[in-house]
Parts: sequence; C-alpha cells; structure tokens
Amino acid sequence: MAYHFDFIAVWEYREQLATGALHTLGLIAVGATLGVSLGTLGAVSRAWKIKPFDKIFTVYVEAIRNTPFLVQLFFIFFGLPALGVKLDEWTAAIIAMVVNLGAYSTEIIRAGIQAIPRGQIEAASSLAMTRAQIFRHIVLRPALQKVWPALTSQVVIVMLGSSVCSQISATELTYAANFIQSRNFRAFETYITVALMYLVLAFCVRWLLNKFGSHFVNGRKTT
Amino acid sequence: MMTEFTLWDIIRNLITGLEWTVGLSLTAFLLGGAVGLLVLTARIGRFPWLQKAMKGYIELFQGTPLLMQLFLVFFGISLMGIDVPAWLAAAIGLTLFTSAYLAEIWRGCVEAIPKGQWEASSSLAMSWVEQMRYVVLPQALRIAIAPTVGFSVQVVKGTSVASIIGFAELTKTGGMLANATFKPFLVFGLVAVGYFILCYPLSHFAMRLERKYRGSSSH
Repeated sequence: MAYHFDFIAVWEYREQLATGALHTLGLIAVGATLGVSLGTLGAVSRAWKIKPFDKIFTVYVEAIRNTPFLVQLFFIFFGLPALGVKLDEWTAAIIAMVVNLGAYSTEIIRAGIQAIPRGQIEAASSLAMTRAQIFRHIVLRPALQKVWPALTSQVVIVMLGSSVCSQISATELTYAANFIQSRNFRAFETYITVALMYLVLAFCVRWLLNKFGSHFVNGRKTT
Repeated sequence: MMTEFTLWDIIRNLITGLEWTVGLSLTAFLLGGAVGLLVLTARIGRFPWLQKAMKGYIELFQGTPLLMQLFLVFFGISLMGIDVPAWLAAAIGLTLFTSAYLAEIWRGCVEAIPKGQWEASSSLAMSWVEQMRYVVLPQALRIAIAPTVGFSVQVVKGTSVASIIGFAELTKTGGMLANATFKPFLVFGLVAVGYFILCYPLSHFAMRLERKYRGSSSH
C-alpha cells in the first residue's frame, strides 16, 4: 500500500520540462500580444459603433465566449483543413489563443473605453488635439490603465488554458509532461511537478505584466 | 467495417454526448457549490491557519491548468490502489476546481458588505453565526447571484477538458465522430453549436441579473 515517491525520475527529464515551459511562455507571449491587439480593435469598433465591424465583433465575442477553448482549437486544427486551410500545430495553437483572448479582451477593453467621460474627449479636441492624439492619450491609455488588472488575469487564464494545446501535439509544457510520464511511468510525480511549474509561470507572467503595466501603460503616473 | 453515418446519426450521437456534458456540469456545479461554501466559511472564518490553508487551496486551483488538476485526481487516486473511472475523476476534479473559484467569488461578495454592518450586529451581541445568518449572507447573496450564474458558463466549458482523460462527453464524442466520418469541419462545428446552446442562455441570464441588481441597489 505504501507508495514510494520518486521525483528523481522526473528530474532526469529536466531538459524536456525546461523546453516545454519556454514553449508555453512563447505561445502566451505571441498570443497575448496579438490577442490584446485584436481585442483593442474590437473594443473600439464596439464602443464607438463603427459599422459594420461592431456587429461582426458582437457575434464573434458571443461565439467565442460561449464555446470551450478545446473545441475552438479542434475546429481550427482538424476542421479548417477540410476547407483547404492546412495549419501546423503551432500556427493552429496561436490562432486559437489569439481568437480566444481577442474575444475576452474586446469586452474588457470596451468597458475601459466606455468608462472614459465624454468631457475628456471634448476637452482634448478643444485643445486642438488630432483624432490620433486623442485616441492614443485620452482614450486608449487611460482605458488600458483602468482594465489592466482584468486583462492580466485573462492572459494568465489563457496561458493555463493553453495546456490543452498538447492535444494537437504542440510540444508545450503539458505535452512534455505526457511524454515524460509515458517514459518513466511516474504519472503523479510528473504531473505534480508540472502543475507547480504552471503555478510559477502564472506568478511570473502576472508579475511581468504588472511591471509592464506600471511602466508602459501607466507611464507618467500622476496619482 | 464501413458504416455510413448520416447527418442524423451524427446529431443523435452528439446529443447523447451533450447529455453527459449537462450531467457532469450539474454535478460539478452543485457539489462544487457545496464544497465552495465550506471553503468560503473557512476562508473568512476566525481561524488564521484555516484562512491561510484555504487561501493556498484557492491559489493552487486558480494558478494551475484544469487539465493538470484532472490528471492529478485521476492518477492520484490510482496511486492509492483504487481504480477510478474517468467520469468519477472528472466529477471530483471539476468539483474541486469549481469550489475554489466559487469560494473566491463569494468571498468578494461577503467583503463587499460594509464593515459597519459587522460592527452594528456585533454591538447587538450577535454571534459570528448569527451575524452571518441574519445580516451578512442575505445581503451578500443578492450580489452573488449574477457572478455565480456567470461562472456556471466556465464550468460547462471546463467539462470539455474531461474529454482528455477519456470521459465521453460532447467534445470526446465529437472527436470520435470526426475520426469515423472524416467530416471534422461539420462535426466540430456542431459540437461548438451544442456548447453555445448550453452557454448562451446562461451568459445572457447572468448579464440581465447583473443589470438588474446594479440598477436597483442603493449604494
């Protein structure tokens, strides 16, 4: 009955684990950058009712937010090739993450944009700021500032969700775990190690985004 | 063996999968709610070590992938020499996952109750249980409804991960059908529609509740 834990059997595969963790970080780095960019476009279209994009983004947001990430991933990786679009596992994983995060960040950033008082924009245009200047300094930056914590949480959620990309054999961290446990037959030790690695990754991503947020998004902080 | 699948065959099989998805979602949500209530009580209770332990519990489940949690339950119970079927591992894993998230959502609601309410009720010589029962919970419950319904959507979507440990719910059924029919575009499209049918009314309901309570609250 007494089970003998053997973590040495996991340590022997440290290189695979490190590579997997780096790949997971790479996935979320690309996914978060493109996803939040897409979300910004969606948020602006929806907040300012730019036709016909506001309707398109509304349908897109509802479709993505009400279906599981795993099904979106399978649809892109297995379903799209039937239409002649052949994607390798990394492209499919990144597209799925961008599309998923894009929908959530559309809603998050939209809330930020809608919280900007109209008077701010009127004041800016009475100071003869151009539309581009108003958008950048008066709308986007304060909006991102307001919703940065929510955006950070969503990025972490998407990173954790990316573990299912192992199912289309993208060699990220969970794929490494599956590979290792099939070699050393130490499933529990392997998965608990990898779960803790995800915990550390989540902590790091959160810390990094907080730093990034206070540096670039908040910029010259007035408080 | 070559079996021809008609569109109706595909849909019929997917509906069976959908029923398992609904069953697993309900189990996880109800049991998760019950466990979550216990976690919440310990998290905001008066024992510091229990508070710390529950904080760790919540952070553990919110900081690791659901897939890892399911693997750990699946292989962890097997370690004790008990053979767990996939549905049981999925139900336990999703229950724990749900309990952590709900406890954290509800904690936010309890803490939204102004401190003065606690002080006023304790000056009326109410015990902690009485304060909870008569003062804090009735108010917290009101603001908790919308985010709780909203989270149920996450639970339904989370059940799709149970397909990976071999539980034949909607996504798993879809995967098998896609392999058998060579029509992945159609099958996964239908699977997505199945989840949408379950989740959209819940999301919509959550949004309406949120508007209603935000509109009528006095603060």
